[in-house]
Amino acid sequence: MNQLIPMMCYLLLAPLCGAIMEGFDRKISARMQRRVGPPILQPIYDVIKLWKKQVIVVEKSQNFLLLSYLLLTVMTGCMFFAGTDLLMVLFVLSTSAVFLYFSAVISGSPMSTMGALRELVQDMAYEPAVLLAAVGFYLTTGTFDVHGIMNSDVSAIVKMPGFFIAFVFVLTIKMRKSPFDSAQSHHPHQELVKGITTEMGAKNLAFFQITEWYEIILMLGVEALFIVNKNPWSWLAAVIVILLTYFLEILIDNTSARMKWQDMLKLSWIVTLLAGGVNLMALMLIR
Amino acid sequence: MDMWEIPFLICFPLVVSVLMFCIRINKIRNAVAYVSAVIIMLMTGVLTVHWGMNGFAPAEFYVETELVDHFILGAEILLMLVVTFLSFKYNRPWVSLLSIVPTAVIAWLELEGPELDAISHIKVDHLSILMCIIIGIIGSLIVIYAVGYMHGYQHYHTEIPDRRYYFFMILFIFLGAMFGFVLSDSLLWIDLFWETTSVCSFLLIGYTQQEEAIHNSFRALWMNLLGGCALCVGIVYFALDQGTASLSVLVEQGTGQAPASVQVAIALIAFAALTKAAQLPFSKWLLGAMVAPTPSSALLHSATMVKAGIYVLFRLAPAMSGNMTGTMISFIGGFTFLSASIMAIAQSDGKKVLAMSTISNLGLMVACAGVGRPETIWAGCFLMIFHAVSKSLLFQDIGATENSLHSRDVEEMHGLLYRLPVLALFMFIGICGMFLAPFGMLISKWAALKASVDENNIILVFFICFGSATTSFYWTKWLGKLIAHTNRPPVRDITKKNEMISLSIHAVLMLALCILFPFLSSVYVEPLLMEMFSESNQVISNNVLYILIILICFFFAVPFLAYIYEKNVKTNKKLSYMNGINTGKNDAFMGSMGAEKELVLANLYFKDICGQRKLMNPSIAITTAVIIIMMCMIIASALGGGMI
Repeated sequence: MNQLIPMMCYLLLAPLCGAIMEGFDRKISARMQRRVGPPILQPIYDVIKLWKKQVIVVEKSQNFLLLSYLLLTVMTGCMFFAGTDLLMVLFVLSTSAVFLYFSAVISGSPMSTMGALRELVQDMAYEPAVLLAAVGFYLTTGTFDVHGIMNSDVSAIVKMPGFFIAFVFVLTIKMRKSPFDSAQSHHPHQELVKGITTEMGAKNLAFFQITEWYEIILMLGVEALFIVNKNPWSWLAAVIVILLTYFLEILIDNTSARMKWQDMLKLSWIVTLLAGGVNLMALMLIR
Repeated sequence: MDMWEIPFLICFPLVVSVLMFCIRINKIRNAVAYVSAVIIMLMTGVLTVHWGMNGFAPAEFYVETELVDHFILGAEILLMLVVTFLSFKYNRPWVSLLSIVPTAVIAWLELEGPELDAISHIKVDHLSILMCIIIGIIGSLIVIYAVGYMHGYQHYHTEIPDRRYYFFMILFIFLGAMFGFVLSDSLLWIDLFWETTSVCSFLLIGYTQQEEAIHNSFRALWMNLLGGCALCVGIVYFALDQGTASLSVLVEQGTGQAPASVQVAIALIAFAALTKAAQLPFSKWLLGAMVAPTPSSALLHSATMVKAGIYVLFRLAPAMSGNMTGTMISFIGGFTFLSASIMAIAQSDGKKVLAMSTISNLGLMVACAGVGRPETIWAGCFLMIFHAVSKSLLFQDIGATENSLHSRDVEEMHGLLYRLPVLALFMFIGICGMFLAPFGMLISKWAALKASVDENNIILVFFICFGSATTSFYWTKWLGKLIAHTNRPPVRDITKKNEMISLSIHAVLMLALCILFPFLSSVYVEPLLMEMFSESNQVISNNVLYILIILICFFFAVPFLAYIYEKNVKTNKKLSYMNGINTGKNDAFMGSMGAEKELVLANLYFKDICGQRKLMNPSIAITTAVIIIMMCMIIASALGGGMI
């Protein structure tokens, strides 16, 4: 029961939360740019409209690959919120990302293929930081179980600030925010058109969008793990921290220009090595 | 109790190899090769069952072996003569020294040295049977595949003299030597089989007798013989000091407070294993081995040769846990895992990618052995099993693809799924097996990560975290090439039936292993660990493993169900967006000057950042330095009584 409720909540509410957060994202971004911006629920209207449209593809196999991507990501999220092994969740997540890659390259279209390759580079850039964060949780709380990590006495972040920095850094990549949005540019008609999503039309784009929401909520869930402990008040703290980082991501998104993927890879690996590495060494020494 | 299968498995391939050499009619020789391969496979099964009926208990045989010992010494001298002859013939006389010196030392020990304790020369336990199964099944399948492949190879490469009798002779000697290697407990026997595999690999690599092949084969030879020298010095020192030449005694004495000679012997033997397992700085021989016909690369890479190094390290693992030798081995392994996987990104030659990935995965196994705890050996065993199957599948597949496509470049495989569907499908399965979630490699990697955190091995944690990111990168982009849509016409598939049989069995094995994984763990690998460490800590609990099985089923089901569901959805097909005007078939567009331009898509390779040219030499320098420094420290502290 204890596992089922959060899992069901995730299953039902994650797209809604993700959509509303994106709505706020657009609104805040617009205000930063002195525009009025769309209504908060605009992302949901968009997806509903996309969903109703007929399916447009270049290659029919795109459909089932994208659907698999959606289902596997949702499954991974459910595993996470059911409180299973964090490492397993992360490894499975990396497999579901492969399906997104497939659905983009199978079209044989130049824009989506290039975008997909950049997506792969992004995966390579963020994976070490995320894996190291899991290792950090294990060292501070003695378990990889999400459930166990949540029920520790002190918040994990106390002992793992370095991992937190590395994680928030790569979160920018995962959220496809500038300066690290080289795989799918948010604004059309730049060098890669719409990158990995170029050939995803109508309903498929809706699939993609919904998966994004699920995935972002999952990543924010991992972020919350840094804060949450036995004390119920820590949940409030977690929410505040998440909102703050979310605002920070929006701010970064609006104030920075896109980086070349080579620089992104270098930078994220260096941050991971420095912040995560020093933290890891400290943790292993005091153990 | 007696197990007649053991001498049979060692001697039968040798007899067959003589037959292979003598029979010069292709059809008859092929038939004999088929039958022998099947017999070897069956006998491996019989050995396993026979041993299982005796309760899966470790068993020792052959204490009195005076006659055989003489024979072994004779074989060793014969090998030395072969090496000396060939190194003079090809104008590299110094290589012969690496063979003459150790052979002379071993001969002295056996003829003039002190009387050694009576030991049983053959020992059967879980690890050696596991190796036998891998060699027996994968090795025999490779032989079956080779019959068809070599036919096509000689047909296509008319410039290479047809010496198939010689090729098959060496293949069978190789198999016999591998069986001998994993079943022997006498270090002197191990030494002979070790040298035999080194020389066989040398002869196989040089099969084409072209300039490059000869050059590469000698590189493989000297590196492996250098390892052989270290092995020999270790054995002789240990034997002189402790009066015995038993591997199990060596490992037993190595755990806990070990005498100096034991420490040094273990370090030297572990060093030898590094050369065999093609770890940095000795990785180049395996890359050079790619010039050989594909079955020999498959044999060298997946099932046998390189696994011999891993096997030795697993044997030594209990004696390496927590000491300097272990630290050295785990560092070299982890470093090789990361740097080889980075270098694999820059390769576009399919076989080179496979070679790099072999080196990289072996690195992870070596690192697991170096940590030397039950948890890491658990992971290492699974890495070994899964790697053997999927790498053998991939090598055979790429050989068959090359015969049909006349290229093994990954870029040429754009849309292979539509051009050579069957081979592309097998390749797809093989690659997925190397890194995707439901398959065992990933689970083993996960276990290795967990175990190295438990062991406080910081540096290995880094190597694994970064290495697994780079590994996914080069495999995924290859997979993408296979499925990308293309309009190019299908290629005629000239793969022979026997090649297909071998490939299909591999693919089925691959999928079966996925499901049987937890079962295999509790029935076989845990007893193996009990035997080795007299404790067995499961890294991943059975609970999690059962979740994994459900997951695996789900993973196979999701894309399948999605496919069925989407099949009947009405879709509107449109042309892809190309900036210029798409000319109508998705494979060309109108350029700005009004001319039609063909669309060419290429993967990212980062040749200037992580090419072999850029990274190989620094990696070799770092690892060489580490090995020299660590070896000096190990020897000094052993002999100086722990002064350092």
